[in-house]
Amino acid sequence: MQYNHERMNKKPFLSIKEIMAALAVPILAIFTAFLVASVIIFLSGSNPLSAYSAMLAGAFGDLDSLIETLNKTSPLLIAGLGAALAFRGGLFNIGIEGQIMMGSIGAVLVGSTIKAPAVISLPLTLSAGVLGGAIWATIPGFLKARFEAHEVITTIMANYIAARVITWSLGAEGPLRKATGVVPETNSLQVNARLPLLIADSRLHAGLLIAIILVVVIYILLFRTALGFEIRSVGMNLSAARYAGMKVERNIVLTMAISGGLAGLAGAIQVMGLPPYNYSAGFNTGYGFDSIAVAVLGATTPIGVAFSSLLFGFMSAGARLMQLRAKVPIEIISILQGLILMFVAANQIIRGIYHIQTKGKQETVNLGHGWAGGKE
Amino acid sequence: MDATFFVGLITLAVLKSAPLVFGALCGLLGERSGVINIGIEGMMLLGAFFAFLASALFNQWTGGALSPEISLIVGLVCAMVGSMLVAALHAVLSIHYKIDQVISGTVINLLAVGITNYVANVYFDNTHLSGVGVFPIIKIPFLSEIPILGPILFSYQPMIYLMFLLVAFLQYAVFHTPWGLRMRSVGEHPRAADTNGINVNRTRYLNVILGGALAGMGGAIMVLENVARFQKLMTAGRGFIALAALIFGGWTPIGALSAALLFGFSEALGVRLQFGDLNHLYILISMVGIALTGIGLFWIIRKFTSRKKSAHSNRSIIIMTLIGSFILIGANLIVFPDIRIPIEFLGILPYVITILVLAGFVRRAKGPAAVGKPYEKQ
Repeated sequence: MQYNHERMNKKPFLSIKEIMAALAVPILAIFTAFLVASVIIFLSGSNPLSAYSAMLAGAFGDLDSLIETLNKTSPLLIAGLGAALAFRGGLFNIGIEGQIMMGSIGAVLVGSTIKAPAVISLPLTLSAGVLGGAIWATIPGFLKARFEAHEVITTIMANYIAARVITWSLGAEGPLRKATGVVPETNSLQVNARLPLLIADSRLHAGLLIAIILVVVIYILLFRTALGFEIRSVGMNLSAARYAGMKVERNIVLTMAISGGLAGLAGAIQVMGLPPYNYSAGFNTGYGFDSIAVAVLGATTPIGVAFSSLLFGFMSAGARLMQLRAKVPIEIISILQGLILMFVAANQIIRGIYHIQTKGKQETVNLGHGWAGGKE
Repeated sequence: MDATFFVGLITLAVLKSAPLVFGALCGLLGERSGVINIGIEGMMLLGAFFAFLASALFNQWTGGALSPEISLIVGLVCAMVGSMLVAALHAVLSIHYKIDQVISGTVINLLAVGITNYVANVYFDNTHLSGVGVFPIIKIPFLSEIPILGPILFSYQPMIYLMFLLVAFLQYAVFHTPWGLRMRSVGEHPRAADTNGINVNRTRYLNVILGGALAGMGGAIMVLENVARFQKLMTAGRGFIALAALIFGGWTPIGALSAALLFGFSEALGVRLQFGDLNHLYILISMVGIALTGIGLFWIIRKFTSRKKSAHSNRSIIIMTLIGSFILIGANLIVFPDIRIPIEFLGILPYVITILVLAGFVRRAKGPAAVGKPYEKQ
C-alpha cells in the first residue's frame, strides 16, 4: 500500500502536469491488465477485440446501459470508500463482503416492516443498513484493539458466518423467508422505503447521489478533521500515534465501525434502489472484494476511488453483454481485477515496462503490522 | 456415545484437518522466513484445481490403460508444481518488488478464484470431465487391528501418512538443521542474518516457493482423497483457517497440527451431527464438558512434569477440571429435548472457533519478529 507521503499534509489540488504524472501509472496498469486478459480470452477460443467491444457496448451503448453502469458504480463507490478509509487507518478490512450483506439485511428488516411516510422510513432504512454493516465490522475491530486478533482473518471468518446465517434465515424454516415465496428471498420493502428515482421511468436511483455526497464527506472527514488526522496517523505509524497521546485502540474500533457502516450503506442501497426491492440468495456477492481492489486502484483517496469504481462499474455492467455476444464467461472480470490490483500495487513492473521514472518519496503503510502478535 | 462413535468422529476429523495442516505448514515456511502468505487460500484452490485437471486429463490421455493411482500421483505432482509457480509470483511481488505482502496475497486469491471459475465455466461444464476417484485406504498390517487405536492411527489414505511424516520431519528440520536455523534467523532479524553471510532474499524465495508445494498438496488432498472432483470455491476459507491454526500452534509444526486437528474436529462434528441420529444438545454439551476436563487435566499433568512455573494457579486448575466433569456427568443424567440445530449453524463452528482462538491465544505466542517487512540491503 503506497501513496505519496509528502502529499499527506499539503494542499489536495494538483496542477494538470501533476495529475498527468499521477494518472500515467494506473492507466498503463489497467491497459496492461486488459492486454494480459486478452491473451486468456484468446487462448479459450474467443476474440478479445469483439469481447471488449461488447463490453463497451454493454456499459455505454445506450442510455439504459449507461444507467446500469452508474447503478453498479454507486455501491462499489460507497463500499470502496469504506475499504479506503480502513486502509488509511492501517487496517485491511477484507470483511466488506459480509458487512454489505449485513447492511442489506438490516435495511430489509426495517424497510419491509415500518409503515411510515418516506421522510421517516427512508432515513430509518438507510441507517439500519449502516448499523448492520457497522456492527459486523466493529466486532473484528474490537477484537483487534483489545486482543490483537488480526483483522484479515477475523473479518474473513465474519464473511463466512454472515453468509451461513443469511442462508439459514432465507431457508425453508428461516425467519426472513417470504411466506409465499418459492425461491429463498425476503419480503419486499414498503413503497416508502424505496429510494426515489433520479430520472423518472428509468432504473437510475438516488444511490448515485448519496455516493457522490459521500465522496465529499469522506474527503472532509479524512483530511479536514481531527478524527481523520488521527485515523491517518495510526495508519502511518501506530507507535508514533500512541506516543503522541492518541487513543490508538479507540481509533481502530472507530475506523472499522465507519468502514463497515459505509459497506452496510452500500448493501442497503442495493436493496432499496432496484426491483424487486428485497434480498434473495446469492445477492450482492463479489462487491466486497471488488471494493478492495477499487480502493487500492484509487490510491485510497476519495476522488481516486470515485474514478476506479466507475471503471469497475463499467466492467461489471458490460460483462453481461460480453458473455452473451462473445461467449466469454463473466469470471474474466475477476481475473481482470486481480491483474489490475497486481499491476497497480506493484507499479514498479509498469514503470519498468514503460520506462517511467519514480518521483517523490514513497511512504508505505504496512498492513501486516501486528501479525505476529505483541504490541509494537 | 460409544467407542465406534468416537473412532468415526476422530478419523473424520483427521481427514477434515489434513488440508489445514498442509496449509499451515505452507504458512510456517513463509512466516518463519519473514513473508506473510495470505494467498494460501488461492494456492490451495489452484492446487485442488490442478490436481483434478491433471489427473483427469492424464487418465483420459492414457485411455485408462494405467492404474488410476498413477493418474492420481500425476495430479498430485501437477498440483505441487502449479502452486509452486503461484508461490513464486507471491515471492517475486513481495520480495523483489516489495509490495505489501497482504496485498500480494490478495492478488493471488483474486486471480485463483478468477482463473479456476473461468476454466470451470469454459471447460469443465462443457466437457463433463470426470474424476479418477481417490487414493485407497492403506491399512498398516497388524497395527491397524489394535482395537480403537488401530483405526484411529493406522488406517488412512496415503497422503494422511505423508502429512504426519511431514510434520515430524519439519519439526526436526526447522529447529535442528542449518536450513531451519537460517530460515528462522532471516525471519527474526534479517540484518543480523545478512551480516553472518546468509542471503536473506534467497532464503525467503526458497521457503515461500517450497511452501507453495505444501499448499498445493493441501488443495490436492481435498480432490484426491475426498470428493474426487473440482468444485468452484471448494476451499471455502480453509486457507485462512490454516493461518489461524499456524498462529494458534505458536508457529511450530506440531502446534499447527494440534490446532488444525481442533478445527478439523469441529468441522467433523458439524458433519456428523447432520446425519440426524444423535441428540444435538447432548453431544454439544458433552463436548464442552470433555474439552474443559481435558484442558484441566492437561494443566495438572504439565504442573507435575514441567520444571517451569505453571501459568495457572491451583485454584483455577481445580475449578476448570471440576466444572468440566460436572458438565460431563450432568449431560449424561439429564434427558435433553431433541432440538435440531440447523445445518448452517453447525457449519459455522470452525469459523467461530477460529475467531475465538485468535482473540484468546495470539498474545500467548509471538511470531517471527520481522514477518511482513521487506528486507532492504544497506
